[in-house]
Amino acid sequence: MDFIVILQAGVASGTVLLFATLGEIFAERSGVLNLGVEGMLLIGAMSAYSVTIATGNLWLGVLTAILLAGLLSQVHAFITITLQADQVVSGLALTFLGVGISLVLGEGLSKAGTVSLMPSFSIPLLSQIPLLGPIFFKEQSVLVYVGYLLTPLAWFYINRTRPGMHLRAVGEYPAAADALGINVYRLRYLYVFMGGMLAGLGGATISLAISPGWFSEMTTGGQGWIAVGLVIFAQWNPLRAAVGSYAFGALRRLILDIQGPTMLLGLRNPFYYNPYWGFFLQMIPYAFTIIVLIIGSREAMRKRLGAPAALGTPYIRGERGL
Amino acid sequence: MSESSIPALKSKRRFPFRIHSEPRLSAPPAWYPAVVSLGAIVAALFLGGILIAYAGGDPIRSYLHIAKASFGNIGVISDTIVKATPILLTSLACSVAFRMKLWNIGAEGQFIMGAFGASAVVLTPMLAPETSRWLFIPAMMLAGIAAGAVWGWIPGVLKARFNVNEIISTLMLNYIAVAWVNFWIFAVWTEGGFQMSPKFSLNAWLPRLLDYAKAIPAFRGLTTHLGLLLGILAAFILWLVIYRSRWGYEIRLIGDNPRAAQYAGINITRNTILVMMLSGALAGLGGMSEVSGVVHRLQTSPIAAGYGFTGIIVAWLAKLHPIVIIVVSILFGALILAGREIQPSGVPKMIQGIILVCLIASDFLLRYRVQIVRTHAEG
Repeated sequence: MDFIVILQAGVASGTVLLFATLGEIFAERSGVLNLGVEGMLLIGAMSAYSVTIATGNLWLGVLTAILLAGLLSQVHAFITITLQADQVVSGLALTFLGVGISLVLGEGLSKAGTVSLMPSFSIPLLSQIPLLGPIFFKEQSVLVYVGYLLTPLAWFYINRTRPGMHLRAVGEYPAAADALGINVYRLRYLYVFMGGMLAGLGGATISLAISPGWFSEMTTGGQGWIAVGLVIFAQWNPLRAAVGSYAFGALRRLILDIQGPTMLLGLRNPFYYNPYWGFFLQMIPYAFTIIVLIIGSREAMRKRLGAPAALGTPYIRGERGL
Repeated sequence: MSESSIPALKSKRRFPFRIHSEPRLSAPPAWYPAVVSLGAIVAALFLGGILIAYAGGDPIRSYLHIAKASFGNIGVISDTIVKATPILLTSLACSVAFRMKLWNIGAEGQFIMGAFGASAVVLTPMLAPETSRWLFIPAMMLAGIAAGAVWGWIPGVLKARFNVNEIISTLMLNYIAVAWVNFWIFAVWTEGGFQMSPKFSLNAWLPRLLDYAKAIPAFRGLTTHLGLLLGILAAFILWLVIYRSRWGYEIRLIGDNPRAAQYAGINITRNTILVMMLSGALAGLGGMSEVSGVVHRLQTSPIAAGYGFTGIIVAWLAKLHPIVIIVVSILFGALILAGREIQPSGVPKMIQGIILVCLIASDFLLRYRVQIVRTHAEG
């Protein structure tokens, strides 16, 4: 068991969580809680794989995933922004809808054939850096590099640009933003769409790069929900989201690999000799999500950091709101 | 939205009609919500039909098939009721938590843990296989309820003490519950290396109608079991608790206006934990009823079949009313029973999702008066 290899693979599989978490950060920063991430991931994974098999073009697959998941997110946007329904229930409904549609349209997809993976490559100089080089820059999928680019961009956009300031204003105090001439409804639609597109990209990352194929609901295996939890841990900050996502990816990878070798740290590997203990290993990412939430919530309370103030509440123009 | 009544300044030529909506000032008539819900379901079936056709199925045949395969004769009606029983209990579980705006998405895991708790009585074994039914079944019920309540207590405490989002914690606990049960049926209680426990002794089975076929020949082949009565009883008790008791009043008040509840001196922390436990207990009873009434052994695939998630939709469709839940769960039992045979196999799940989306969207019609009006002539 080589820890460098595990971390390298962890960064790759954490990229799925990264895209989904970044997308959810955009939506939540604008004040819309979208619990439909799992459904959008699955739609993305299904459509990316299906279109790639049909056309043989990986990039067309990725594009379809982004657009379809974005389209699905607009159902949530319409229900919560225009119809002002409860965001929690609507998000749940979106997950059901996304999972259901993916299962119907993905019928028979698991036996439909195989695709070539998204291209992987090393970055010349950067991959020579000791330790960090092989983990982050050696033979990673192109989508992983997209993740490296998106994370600082997202941070910069949210914290240092004018549209980013509008985004934060809409999520913190929509009535004031409205008074300044910002179109609250339009921006919320836009950022929910962006969240959907990023979740779709995450889905495409699963089925075309990380664990290629279509395994119905197990394709995502709850990663969409982990992403929703990571947003809280990340305190709505893209940089922290990246740290959390890669750490989670590494953890998932470690759990897969730890059952392989007969010896572990010079001792007999208990997970090799007792394969049933693997079920307890399977629980770890989910238990860890809960622990991460406890830490995130406590820290947020201590530092008085919180969710965007208007998160979860519909904006009704002319009504005395926040 | 009210701002749509302000004429836009930019465009000169416009569509001659527009949608005008304004908040309702008085409650709509009593029949109105039912009609709106019905309309939402019709719309959902229509949208679902389009998607089925797109995926290569025949929507009308699919729907007719669902109707025939679930209500066509007394035998399938009984099968429908068997499918409805676990949904009834999980949706009661969801409804009590949702009433307090606690989003317990973990009925699935609590259901699985309930099945595990009930099975543990048989498989450990805590009671000998030849123990009387009269002792066996109550013991299994208690164990199932207790295991479900523990699985609800965890997110309840996390929410009340650490402010941990209960949606995510309950969902994570669903996955953990599946892995937990898998460990036991693979490693400890496996039957010949397969992923299931041995079959329970007959005394651990809930009585079914067909057990009385000797006395009443009409019951031959009907698998409806005592779980149905447990569910209906639970629904009536829950109705009493929610609408006729002080505790129920507290739960409803916290759900409608937590700040007012706090000022009124209601202990929100305590109620959060208690309601999550009650919710888990109801789902746990559902798991017990399924394992002892239908599956008769501990096995993941037929137990973790998504009843907890269907319960969410049923609870919402029934507007969280325990008695209405009984009726709605039978309809969803039909959908799931018949859905097993239609292709593609994801159809029932997709239709459930579309129904939920349409229902939530239709709530707008309850809160707003919507009219289609002619736009003004000027401009």
